[in-house]
Formats: sequence, structure tokens, C-alpha cells
Amino acid sequence: MSFIQIEGLVKIYRPKGADPVHALDGVDLDVRQGTVRGLLGPNGAGKTTMVKALTTLIKPDAGHATIDGIDVVRDAHRIRPIIGVSGQYAAVDENLTGFENLEMVGRLYHLGAKASKRRAQELIDAFELTEAQNRPVKGFSGGMRRRIDLAGAIFSRPPVLFLDEPTTGLDPRSRLGMWDVITSLVSEGTTVLLTTQYLEEADRLADDISVIDGGKLIAEGTADELKAQIGGQQIELTLMDAADGSVAGEILRRHGEAQPHVGGDGRELSVGVREGPLALERVLGELNAAGIRLHDAGMRRPTLDDVFLKLTGHSAGGEEEQDGEVES
Amino acid sequence: MSGQRTESTGSTDSTHSPAATEVTEAVVGTGLPNAASIPTSVGTWISDGWITTRRNLIKIKRVPDILVFTTLQPIMFVLLFTYIYSGVITIPGSSYTEFIMAGIFAQTVVFGSTYSGSAMAQDLKDGIIDRFRTLPMSPSAVLIGRTNGDLCINALSMVVMMLTGLIVGWRINSSFWEGVAGVALLLLFAYAFSWVMAFVGMSVRSPEVINNVAFLILFPLTFISNAFVPAETLPPVLQTIAEYNPVSALVQAARELFGNVPPGAPVGDAWTQQYPIATVLIGVAVMLGVFVPLCIRKFVRISSH
Repeated sequence: MSFIQIEGLVKIYRPKGADPVHALDGVDLDVRQGTVRGLLGPNGAGKTTMVKALTTLIKPDAGHATIDGIDVVRDAHRIRPIIGVSGQYAAVDENLTGFENLEMVGRLYHLGAKASKRRAQELIDAFELTEAQNRPVKGFSGGMRRRIDLAGAIFSRPPVLFLDEPTTGLDPRSRLGMWDVITSLVSEGTTVLLTTQYLEEADRLADDISVIDGGKLIAEGTADELKAQIGGQQIELTLMDAADGSVAGEILRRHGEAQPHVGGDGRELSVGVREGPLALERVLGELNAAGIRLHDAGMRRPTLDDVFLKLTGHSAGGEEEQDGEVES
Repeated sequence: MSGQRTESTGSTDSTHSPAATEVTEAVVGTGLPNAASIPTSVGTWISDGWITTRRNLIKIKRVPDILVFTTLQPIMFVLLFTYIYSGVITIPGSSYTEFIMAGIFAQTVVFGSTYSGSAMAQDLKDGIIDRFRTLPMSPSAVLIGRTNGDLCINALSMVVMMLTGLIVGWRINSSFWEGVAGVALLLLFAYAFSWVMAFVGMSVRSPEVINNVAFLILFPLTFISNAFVPAETLPPVLQTIAEYNPVSALVQAARELFGNVPPGAPVGDAWTQQYPIATVLIGVAVMLGVFVPLCIRKFVRISSH
């Protein structure tokens, strides 16, 4: 049963003195109850716009969206009590303590003074912020702020949770901690829409993944389904000498299903192939015959990065590609 | 390669799992009586307004700059103006100290109202407006809390200024209730002006710009008035501006209510100077009538970043 239903959602930003930006360009999306949907895309793909439209922060220009059958535009006041939102930037009051921030959120959900205090304490303890709870948030680390923000999002135990890039800007350790928190949240049956630019994150947390680019959905499915879309396996080579790149590339192109991808100073090459082991054997044979020396060679299942590369023609993580993305 | 990375994060996961279990328990939660409710009543409106006001009061307590600025600066102004200019500027039938106090009151509370502008801009920048806007709270609550915060800052400044004034020889020469009315009128005008500044803050979105622009506009506005010198002493063009300047009406109204207008002092021909109290009340009504709806309309549409 779809819990979040989105049909033909369009949002156009019209910056003064610049061309209009189609942040959302007719997006359809269904999220089943109790599942985690990962919305995967680079910066400027429209992920945050999507979250903002669903959480009543902005009005879409066309299309419509419902959560549990409630229209997010027409009945915004009925949406707010059932959603929890944790945005890309921790929405906390710097001058309030961790505890005061959470208590305020509870009071604004109209949970009453006593219940708000009790719940705030419960969350502070669960998120391991007990020691810092009476210090102003100003002095908190990025990870601690995010945890306060996430605690605010789940304060009223909402049936739907929106997490907009929950680990962007966190150090690896905090990111792992955040993943644990999110994993335990979703084990409780909360329906989650999670945006991320990290393929690993979507792979790890989401049941289903929607790939978004330039305001359009370009692929949808489980991580495995998406990986299957781009062919069976990948051959990866690392050359001893980058000068051999063109010859090695030519050999890979003949045995692969697409143009080989070149990275790592021209020394790393990869390509998707059909019959993996056989293709690898042939490639290695030809490389040997051509006298090309290898640092490393192997086969692996494709990652979501390969999926993204195949679908959009650019990598999901690279900064340069992102700039190009915003312009298009 | 990334396949391996995923596996290794999986193993790190187990070391974190005790906390995860606690979180799970917390999500299920024991501390909640019932689900969040939709705001419908006047009760939730008042409650939301109080919660957001309290937020701003805590800020006054935590950020020493605000407290220093709102208490020390008025004291400094009272002392500087009364001791430096009292020898130069003579007010027939009265003292410069009596004359200047209403001007300093007015200038201080008008500047005090600019906090709403920079604070709304800062809240937008910090993203906390997005948090508020996704909560089932009253849409006017954040603005009410913000303007109430200014009101409290200004009330505190008024107390400090009045005590300093009494020490240097200023007196309320009217009745107790007229004095109260004078203070109330100053605070009311500033409160209404806070809504104007809140709207500016949400439109401009940069706390720094708000502070600089407020300074550039409000300094001339408060100086080209009758606040620090009698308007008659100004050059003709400035005199006309001063007579119609709303700050002049506020200052004149405060002087009348505090009994600080010397007998026989000339009063400007402009209606705004003839009936300053009515002028201020009309100004307050216009500012609130226009900017409260504008602010709320703006608030329910804005979003950070």
C-alpha cells in the first residue's frame, strides 16, 4: 500500500535575472508503508526540493502529493502532526541547550509540559547526549547537532520521517553512528524518505532507491535491481604504467558492453561485461600478449556508482560534475 | 573495492548496537500520552506564543552582548548627552536633561526593535524556521515570540534609562498614570515597529545587512527630529522633515506625558506635532494593521536556503 504518493510534481524556481530552474520536472513516486525509500542524486538534482514540497515548506507548481491520503498542499495543517523532518542543516537554536531545544519541539507539538520534558530526556539519553544536555548547542559538534535535530524529528513518534542528507558533512565515525540510529528507527515500521548523495548510504539503508537527476526520476528499484540493469559484472584493472592506457582501453572496449571508464590518473580502468570470468580470462590474455604490466586486476559486482555513471553519464560524487549539473 | 567497504562498515556496526537498541526503545517511547494535535484553539495559540517568547528570553540571558548593549548603551547616552550638551543647548523654562530624556528613550526603543529584523534573518539562515514551519504550531507564533522578545529588551532598557535619568536629575512632572502612559506609548510604538523590522528581516535575509541598513536609516531618522534639539533650531528643510517625522511625534508625546515640555515652549504647526499622542496611536495601528498580516503571509511561505 502506498503511504506517500507523488504524481507529476513540478517545482520551478525563477531566480531574478537568470533562467528558470526546473528543480522538480514531473516526478512520480510511490513509497509503501513501513519501507525506506532512498532518493539518490547529486547536488542540485532536486532532492531537497522534493523533501520541502512533501513537508509543506514549499508549494509545488504542478502535480500533487499525498501522505496517508492527506494532500500536502491543501491540508498542510493535517500533514504537520504526522511528519518528522530532519533537514540538511541541523535546525537547532544555538542559544538553547540540547534539552531546551527538544523540550521546545515537544511543546510546539502540543504534548504538554510534563510529557515534553520526559520525552526530551528519553531522547537525550538514547542519543547519548546526556553529558552535554545542559550546554548551549552553540558548543556542540556537527554530529551532536545532527543527533539533536534527528531527535526533534522523531519527537512525536511520527509515522513518516523525512531525512534530507542526514550524514552530509559528518566525519566517518559520526556517519556510522547516524546509520545505526536510522537503522533502528526504521526497524520500528516508520516510513522513511531519505535523500543522499552517497551511494553506499542508499545501498545500506534503503529498501528501494529512486535515482534523481535534473529534477527527473531516471531509475527506480532495489539496489540489486539497479545493479542488474547495467549488466552482470565489472572488470577492473590497475595498470603499472598509465602510458598503456589507450591500448588497455581498446582491449577492454572490445570485450566490454560499453566504453571503459578511466580513473585514477589513467591507471584505473573498468568496464561492464556479460560473461564475467570468461571475459576476464580473455582480457588478461590479450594484455599479456601486448606486454602490458598490471598492478591489479579483478572482477566485482557493480556498485551504485556504476549505475549512476551509466544512467547519467557522470559520477554521483564528483564536484566538477555537480557544477555542470546545476547549469543543465 | 566499495563492496569491501560496505562489509567493513557492517562489522563496525555491531560495536555501536547497544546505543541503537536504546534508540529503538526511545522511538517506541514511554513518555508520550497521545499523538500530536492540530492547533485549533486560542489556548494553543497563546501556548505557542509563550514557548517562542521564552526561547527569545533565554537568548537574552545567554548572549551577553544583547544585555550589555541594551543596558550600558542607554546609560552611556544619558550621561554623554546630559553632561556634554547641557552647557551648549539651553531649553528656555527647563533643563536640557529634562528635554533630552524623551529623545533618548525614543531612539533607544526604536533601535531595540531592530533585533526582530536581524533575528528573523538569522533564524532563516540557521534553518530553524524550517523546523518551526514543519511543526503543527500556530503560524504567527514565531513572530509573536520574536516581537515579544524585543518588547522585553525594550522594557529592560526603559527601566535602566529611567533610573539613570532620575540620578542625573530628570523627573516625571506629571501624574503617576501619565508617566505609565508615557512608558506604555514608547513601548507600544517600538513593538509595532518590531513587526516592520521582522518583515524586513524575512525579506532581506541577511542579519549583517539588516544591522547596517538599520543603522544607516534609523540614525538620521532619530537625529532629524526633535529628539536631541528643539526642531525650531534646525535649518528650514530639516525642520519640516523633523515636524512630520514619526519619531518627533513619539518624542513629543512622551514629553507631554512625562510633563517635560516647558511652559510656553513653541509647538510645531504640523498636525503631527499638535496632536502627537493621537499621531503615535494612528502610526501604531497602521504599522500593526499592515505588517502583522504581511509578516504572517511571508512566514508561511518562506524557507531557508
